Amino acid sequence: MSIFAEATATAFSLIINANADLLEIIGLSMKVSLSALLIACILGLPIGALLGTFDFAFKNTVKGILTALMGMPPVVVGLIVYLHLSRSGLFGALELLYTPTAMIIAQVILITPIIAVLSSQILEDLHEEYRDLFISLVVPPPNALLTYLIEARYSLLTVILAGFGRAISEVGAVMIVGGNIDHLTRVMTTAIALETSKGELALALALGLILLILALFVNFAAQQAKSLLSVQRYGG
Amino acid sequence: MAQAVGQYLMKQKTLFACLGLIFISFGSVAKGAENPSIVVQSTTSTKNSGLYDYLLPKFTKETGIDVHVVAVGTGAAVRNAMNCDGDVLLVHSQQREEDFVASGYAPRRYALMYNDFILIGPKSDPAQLAGGQDAVAALRKIAAKGYSFISRGDDSGTHIKERALWQMAAFDPTAHSGDWYREVGTGMGATINIAVGLGAYTLSDRATWLKFTNKSDFKILVEGDKRLFNPYGIMRVTKEKCPGANISHAQTFIDWLTSNAGQTLITDYKIDGKTLFFGNSN
Repeated sequence: MSIFAEATATAFSLIINANADLLEIIGLSMKVSLSALLIACILGLPIGALLGTFDFAFKNTVKGILTALMGMPPVVVGLIVYLHLSRSGLFGALELLYTPTAMIIAQVILITPIIAVLSSQILEDLHEEYRDLFISLVVPPPNALLTYLIEARYSLLTVILAGFGRAISEVGAVMIVGGNIDHLTRVMTTAIALETSKGELALALALGLILLILALFVNFAAQQAKSLLSVQRYGG
Repeated sequence: MAQAVGQYLMKQKTLFACLGLIFISFGSVAKGAENPSIVVQSTTSTKNSGLYDYLLPKFTKETGIDVHVVAVGTGAAVRNAMNCDGDVLLVHSQQREEDFVASGYAPRRYALMYNDFILIGPKSDPAQLAGGQDAVAALRKIAAKGYSFISRGDDSGTHIKERALWQMAAFDPTAHSGDWYREVGTGMGATINIAVGLGAYTLSDRATWLKFTNKSDFKILVEGDKRLFNPYGIMRVTKEKCPGANISHAQTFIDWLTSNAGQTLITDYKIDGKTLFFGNSN
């Protein structure tokens, strides 16, 4: 049997038997990446709004730096977070190293720039279009911003999904700050790396397939949310 | 305007409720009972060989202490332990371990167990090493014709041993780095994967090799050389260097592993009827 067929069979048998270890790993992957996504949105969307709709000194510099940070290698982020959370580091006393919290922190740093930069571009385009109209109607800026956010919700959803994709798929950062500890900080990507290093290529590939299915499921849920949004807006 | 937004948000309450539920459900996946725990900075071979999966549940059951294993190369494990990011250090490079103790990071080194290194390669064996017992002579043969050799290149215990062997062969392979001598900078299993992919020779610890599944047509070519001896040591950090460390539980773990019962368990761990590690604490 080819390794791909074997991997597919393994993936399905793992899913059908609801393998307890697998469910734990999937649960932690989702918990870490969705928490990181939520925090990154709370941080990144206002930054995006600020960059997209307000003018201030060094705006382009800030945007340039954030854009560069989009390409930050996860392993570097992992290293920086490790050095800070290490018992010998600045925040060592918090004892956060090798915990899911450390992994969330690393992923927040990874995906906040993506969400900030991409959303700022979308909002900037809308702002260009409606600025004069809103000024003539004397719409206060906060209300104008809320209107932009609602108008741009589909595009912003795509931005958020891009952030989620980056978070759930990265391995370099969570490996360093999480330590890939069984039943504590093992997620899908670090489990795949571990199985590969044991030579269990079929099992590693099966986990990869499951990760892909998971990502498909999340994207499908987002599409559902999208249609729900549009029905309620125009139908309700 | 604000009112319209408020109404709009109200209508979305089902959606927000769904999102809220999703987050709550993931929150409940959190870890179970809060046992006291220690962090072990460990070499990869003990992890990849399945030794911890076999030993740790027994230890946790007896003592109620959870053991969190971070498996990295010996060099990285020592460095992490020096940053106090581990309570226990379990590695296999005696020189590094003695340096660690001498720098005041550990009160002493405990001998734990041993096995040996092996030289593996493809069945075709172009350098004709099969059946040899002299590891240094084997490396000389590889170097003479420039047959592909994969080096860990990650400052791990295996890498340190490999460099020592090259030194005994009075040959500096790094001059050929990137050519036939390839330093891949990764763990043992990943290194074997690369060697298998390239049909190249490499040095491995026996435990990782025995547990490894993607062997293809690879086999052990050189073994039994006394210079391939591979001892593992264990030590805990000191209160002076690492005030935040969990010293008492770390010592409990070491005492348990080095006790007669722990040593018997280690030697009893077998794959395909073969012992992976031989306890030698006494």
